[in-house]
Amino acid sequence: MAAVEYQQASRVYAKGAQPAVDALDLTINDGEFVVLVGPSGSGKTTALRMLAGLEPLDGGQIVLAGRDISDVQPKDRDIAMVFQNYALYPNKTVAENMGFALKMQHVAKPERDRRVREAARILDLDERLLGRKPKQLSGGQRQRVAMGRAIVREPKVFLMDEPLSNLDAKLRVQTRTQIAELQRRLGVTTVYVTHDQVEAMTMGHRVAVLSGGKLQQFASPRELYDNPVNQFVAGFIGSPAMNLQTASLTDGGARLAGTVVPLKPEVRTAVARDKLTELVLGIRPEHLHLTDADPAGRQQPGTAATAVLAGEVLLVEELGADALLHVRLADEGGTVVARAEGRRSPAPGTRVSFRVQPADVFAFHPASGARLAG
Amino acid sequence: MTAITAADAPARTPRQSRRARELSGQVGWTVLGWVVGIAFFIPVLWMVITAFKPESAAETWPPQFTFSPTLSEFRLVWGGMGPFIEHSAIATAGSTVLVLVLALPAAYALSIRPVGKWRDSLFFFISTKMLPVVAAIGPLYVIALKSHLLDSIWLLIILYAAMNLPLAIWMIRSFMLEVPGEMLEAARLDGAGRIREIVEVIMPVVTPGLVSTALICVIFAWNELFLALNLTVTNAATMPMFLISSVPQEGLYIAHLSAAATVASVPVIIVGWIAQRSLVRGLSMGAIK
Repeated sequence: MAAVEYQQASRVYAKGAQPAVDALDLTINDGEFVVLVGPSGSGKTTALRMLAGLEPLDGGQIVLAGRDISDVQPKDRDIAMVFQNYALYPNKTVAENMGFALKMQHVAKPERDRRVREAARILDLDERLLGRKPKQLSGGQRQRVAMGRAIVREPKVFLMDEPLSNLDAKLRVQTRTQIAELQRRLGVTTVYVTHDQVEAMTMGHRVAVLSGGKLQQFASPRELYDNPVNQFVAGFIGSPAMNLQTASLTDGGARLAGTVVPLKPEVRTAVARDKLTELVLGIRPEHLHLTDADPAGRQQPGTAATAVLAGEVLLVEELGADALLHVRLADEGGTVVARAEGRRSPAPGTRVSFRVQPADVFAFHPASGARLAG
Repeated sequence: MTAITAADAPARTPRQSRRARELSGQVGWTVLGWVVGIAFFIPVLWMVITAFKPESAAETWPPQFTFSPTLSEFRLVWGGMGPFIEHSAIATAGSTVLVLVLALPAAYALSIRPVGKWRDSLFFFISTKMLPVVAAIGPLYVIALKSHLLDSIWLLIILYAAMNLPLAIWMIRSFMLEVPGEMLEAARLDGAGRIREIVEVIMPVVTPGLVSTALICVIFAWNELFLALNLTVTNAATMPMFLISSVPQEGLYIAHLSAAATVASVPVIIVGWIAQRSLVRGLSMGAIK
């Protein structure tokens, strides 16, 4: 168990190319479960492999348990990794796979067997499987063997590189909670890479969102959702994604769907300071409340602080409890997704209007994407 | 009427004709496969049959298919073959082991952890095969003479190893390229050093490839004639030389030669048969997952 610190860590694959990981600063506390998330090419896997020692650093350093490990061989880092395709040794039995690292450490066979069985028990892995070869296992069992191989070592840090991506949807959800629970029980510092923001949100104590090799935001899942620092994080975290629409500025607010969305005073200050003529509005699907209000856009007295957006339903995605409405906003306001109650959702073609609270509206700089007055 | 039939016909036939085409295609390939297979096998079969004939019946025209089989030629062959087969076995086994011991680390250094200029090294190895052996026989003879290795089994071990090494390196390298990179990374994180990585992780995975490589080395070494003929006389003379020597200056010899050739090919067939399973796996190594 140990804390991990990336200090300006960089990795450049080819001279002159964009760095795969660009001056990454990240402090991971002892025992913490941190998820690196981002689209493909964001550098999340590279960052993980740098910590494992599988990628050299082209700048900065990585500190593990207070010691600079930038030039330490992978085998001497005391780090265990679960690979995306598990990377099991095909010619070794499950028990040999799991005990291989211990064998390399010259742990005596009885002790090795004891720890392998212990890990199998923790993972609910049938003891009869221990004598089988990986080929004879199902995908889910292989995944657990890969986990077991990491656990038996009792390493300082667990690294997991999209360990669930080869499982089917149901097993993935199940294993997701198992891994999170296991990590909590073992208390080993864990760095987990995924492109799936749901995995990131549900598993991590803290989530680092990466894009283009740069760290965008490092915060708790709740904080990422409620307070994204920029347009990228806002659009990446949350499913369905936040609705992001460019809107021109007018007196008192931003013009969208033929109506004026009032802006928070801090946003108005920022707009004035940057002399903006337009900005990007972000509204989460659950913040678009279906309303019976007059869709003409006329604001009723007493609701001056609320905007009403009108539009036409194009498509309804039934999810069961909820339904997702794909709505084309009036006045060429673009298409947005709204979350509505499943049993009372309007049919496609219906004209609807949504009430939006100004407090629920995010505003982003149209060029830099930075949150305005965040 | 014609319009109707014309419209009807294509609606029915395409499926049928496609099936027919597929079927006839299959039959065609099967027939071709058998024809080629038989064409390769018949001379061998003829050799074996002739080996069981008495010398008088071996070289008749038209060929005799009915004869009373005899082992007399085999008995004759067996009598003089002992030392030759021993030399061949030593030279073949020794050179093959040497090749594997050298080729394994070489292939590793050219694939999994490539050294600088690995491409040039790889090309250099194969380029040594481009020179005809005849061109090198003079210098080889002088070297063997000066180092007192003429007519020595050691010389054959060294030369056969050198002869097979480039091919073995290329083959084993291609098998190593199939080893999943993540598995090697897992081994590195598990604490395996370079030797352990090769012995414990890579070797078990490429074993089928090593077996097929070894088999090819065995075949080439066992059948090699030119070097043995020029650099050995009696102390290290091999099976192919025995075949030549079993051709007498005069008289009938076809049955005798066939018997000797049959005996000479038996070890290779046995080795090939044992290696068969690994060979197939070796040729389909990509299936590792």
